[in-house]
Amino acid sequence: MADFEVPVLNEYPVIPKVKEGVMAHSAPFLAAEKFQTPLGFPGELPENWKEVAIDKMGELLGKYRSLQVFLDICVHCGACTDKCHYYLGTADAKNMPVARQELLRKVYRRYFTFAGKYFPKLVGAVDLTKEVLDDWYSYFHQCSQCRRCSVFCPYGIDTAEISMAAREILDTVGKGQKYCNEIIGKVFVVGNNLGLPEPALRDTLEGLEEEIEEDTGVKVRLPLDEKGAEILLITPSADFFAEPHVDGLIGYAKVFHEAGVSWTVSSKASEAANFGMFIGSYENMRRVALRIREAALELGAKRIVFGECGHAWRVAYSFLDTLAGPFDFLDQNYPIPQHICEFTNNLIKENKLRLNKAENDHMKLTFHDSCNVARGAGMGNVEGGQFTIPRALIKASCNYFYDMPQDTIHDATFCCGGGGGLLTDDLMEVRVKGAQPRMEALKRVTEEHGVTNLAAICAICKSQFAKTLPYYGFTMDQIVSVHQLVSNAIVLKGSEQEAELDGTAE
Amino acid sequence: MTLVTTLYVGLFYAATIILIVGVALRIKKYAQTPSPLKIPTMPAPRTQTGVVMRIFREVVFFESLFRANKWTWIFGYLFHFGLLLVLLRHLRYFTEPVWFWVNWIQPFGKYAAFAMVIGLLGLWGRRFLVDRVRYISTPSDHLILALLVGIGLSGLGMSYLAHTDIVSVKTFFLGLMRLSPQPLPADAFLLTHLALVALLMIIFPISKLMHAPGVFFSPTRNQTDSSREKRHIASWAQQLEAGER
Ligand code: HEM
Ligand code: HEM
Ligand code: SF4
Ligand code: SF4
Repeated sequence: MADFEVPVLNEYPVIPKVKEGVMAHSAPFLAAEKFQTPLGFPGELPENWKEVAIDKMGELLGKYRSLQVFLDICVHCGACTDKCHYYLGTADAKNMPVARQELLRKVYRRYFTFAGKYFPKLVGAVDLTKEVLDDWYSYFHQCSQCRRCSVFCPYGIDTAEISMAAREILDTVGKGQKYCNEIIGKVFVVGNNLGLPEPALRDTLEGLEEEIEEDTGVKVRLPLDEKGAEILLITPSADFFAEPHVDGLIGYAKVFHEAGVSWTVSSKASEAANFGMFIGSYENMRRVALRIREAALELGAKRIVFGECGHAWRVAYSFLDTLAGPFDFLDQNYPIPQHICEFTNNLIKENKLRLNKAENDHMKLTFHDSCNVARGAGMGNVEGGQFTIPRALIKASCNYFYDMPQDTIHDATFCCGGGGGLLTDDLMEVRVKGAQPRMEALKRVTEEHGVTNLAAICAICKSQFAKTLPYYGFTMDQIVSVHQLVSNAIVLKGSEQEAELDGTAE
Repeated sequence: MTLVTTLYVGLFYAATIILIVGVALRIKKYAQTPSPLKIPTMPAPRTQTGVVMRIFREVVFFESLFRANKWTWIFGYLFHFGLLLVLLRHLRYFTEPVWFWVNWIQPFGKYAAFAMVIGLLGLWGRRFLVDRVRYISTPSDHLILALLVGIGLSGLGMSYLAHTDIVSVKTFFLGLMRLSPQPLPADAFLLTHLALVALLMIIFPISKLMHAPGVFFSPTRNQTDSSREKRHIASWAQQLEAGER
């Protein structure tokens, strides 16, 4: 089914031997001018591109301590070399995190350091050429900015920071990536990544209300643009659209219903994703984030809750207050913003949700820690809450739960392979190969515990797995939303399920 | 004063100035460059005390490296710990009277030199034997290791093969510190040792050796997990905001 070789799944992980250039052909489609200009980037390579690129690098070095320090202090110890799922899946030398950084570092050295200016050969410094630029374009789009390398680096060098800077430089010389930049444009114009306009959104939400009523006999609302609602829900637009995402959305609606809070979706900010982070553009990331502030103000919301989306949660948890704060107009008694998992977990702890685990007995679950949640954000205001809370939700909703091997979960989790702006068909090969370490871990628990399903709290992970699971002999419907499990188990007050359980059904 | 003494006096003054000014300028640059976003590698400590503990564990135990690769950790630790003891032992050439605790560690210092050299050779071996590490090694990586091995071996040479006149060496360095140069004994091990040490001092601020101060400035390690509690904003981002509102 593929025009490339799908990696094999070994019983125990094998670190591949270095191969040079085997993924050099992989590069995403370039953004056309019409996708570049709305973001403030040129449509093609300017005549003085080299100057522009070096100037941009200089500017970024002055703005980001991470970039400046990380480019200086790597000792080439090699601790990170076998930590990247793209290296493990492709064996391409330049997919080793340090080698990926080196693509930018060797140019940094040449133009910004004494050693690189006068002894370029000695320290491996090179001039910026079109070939180098192409290498950047290729390999900085084989990094999902998952930060796994930064966990293991003795100085915490985060290749994601380097990739973001590189993509920003590429954008400023007109070499933007179509997938990301087209999507950011759509968010500015329509309000979400999928380009779903308000009427379509309204239609979808009404459809879901009917579906829930049919299933349970309870009228659960999914309001849109409702002024005065207490909670503004910001969720990835995939939740309005595709399986298994939409089952998660149904889960949030049921949870809000049981909690008895008023809530609403906004058509203006009908998207949690913020691809501005992927392209490393503070300005674009900020513009995308400001829609959320505006929507909350316009609707008069008191709280902001985020749905299941990995990088969106990183931007929300770690950056939102910086980008679009201060949120002094919201209710300060709640975390700003709050994750839907935190919300649901609190209800469970307060015994306000009735969950019938047997509803999920046809599944044996494992949990995929999404990289951006695991290493880029937190939950529950306790260290490691992002690991325990989603698992607590699954365990409260299901009887069978098994973790994957220790070195593939929590902060050592492997990226799904489709994060960081790579979730596009033109990068299918690197996506499938990058999924190999996760698939291998899944196979382990499948064989050891008979696990049937993989739960996740990220729209990108869910889409990526739906596409890549079949390449490895699994089926696309094995990926489920965490709130889908909650949704299955939840016993709404006054529902048919409640009557059945309590023996009061006619 | 002999020509050799004059040369080494000049060399050590120059090397010291380059080391101190160079490192200070780099540190100033790191300190003054803003961190616009909260990017600690999560899960991160939620308090400042927690952050101090995290960096302490990185610097003292090489915690992340331990998780990453046991061989690199063993050799890296042998080298750095050995280096630390050796350097502390060397304080006796620069202090009069010698601090009491420097005297205590003298006996360990001798073994530390072996630990340091073995560690270095192990790390160097990786650069040949492990294909991934071989791929990422540049000539300067090899040269820095060679330089440190050279320093170690010439030092060991003085300790075990051809003793140098330690009292005169000390007089020379105390003289340098008091700005009244004294003669330097001119034996081969010592001159090699000192020339290589001066080279190390000179390249320190312009090489990856900046990892030593740099580790304290790594935002992924030195930030707290407190983005929802306290607003974090860089000065340039504030200007961006001011321009709009
Ligand atoms: C705060 C103090 C320091 C810390 C925390 C530190 C930490 C580290 C770590 C974690 C590594 C990577 C693992 C390894 O190869 O050992 C490393 C490598 C290295 N360090 Fe340090 N270091 C410090 C000071 C120094 C100093 C003062 C020197 C030299 C004068 C030095 C020289 C080196 C060299 C040459 C390497 C590379 C070894 C190789 O090529 O594999 N370090 N350091
Ligand atoms: C200006 C600075 C330095 C001076 C004056 C100096 C001087 C000496 C002397 C006189 C010895 C012989 C000790 C004996 O015979 O017992 C020695 C040994 C040694 N030196 Fe240095 N040295 C200096 C810097 C360094 C540095 C920076 C390093 C490491 C990177 C180093 C590593 C060693 C080692 C490993 C030995 C052998 C073991 C020992 O006796 O401690 N030295 N040094
Ligand atoms: S951030 Fe993730 S994808 Fe990028 S180099 Fe590091 S491990 Fe690989
Ligand atoms: S682990 Fe860190 S210091 Fe070591 S090679 Fe990788 S990025 Fe460089």
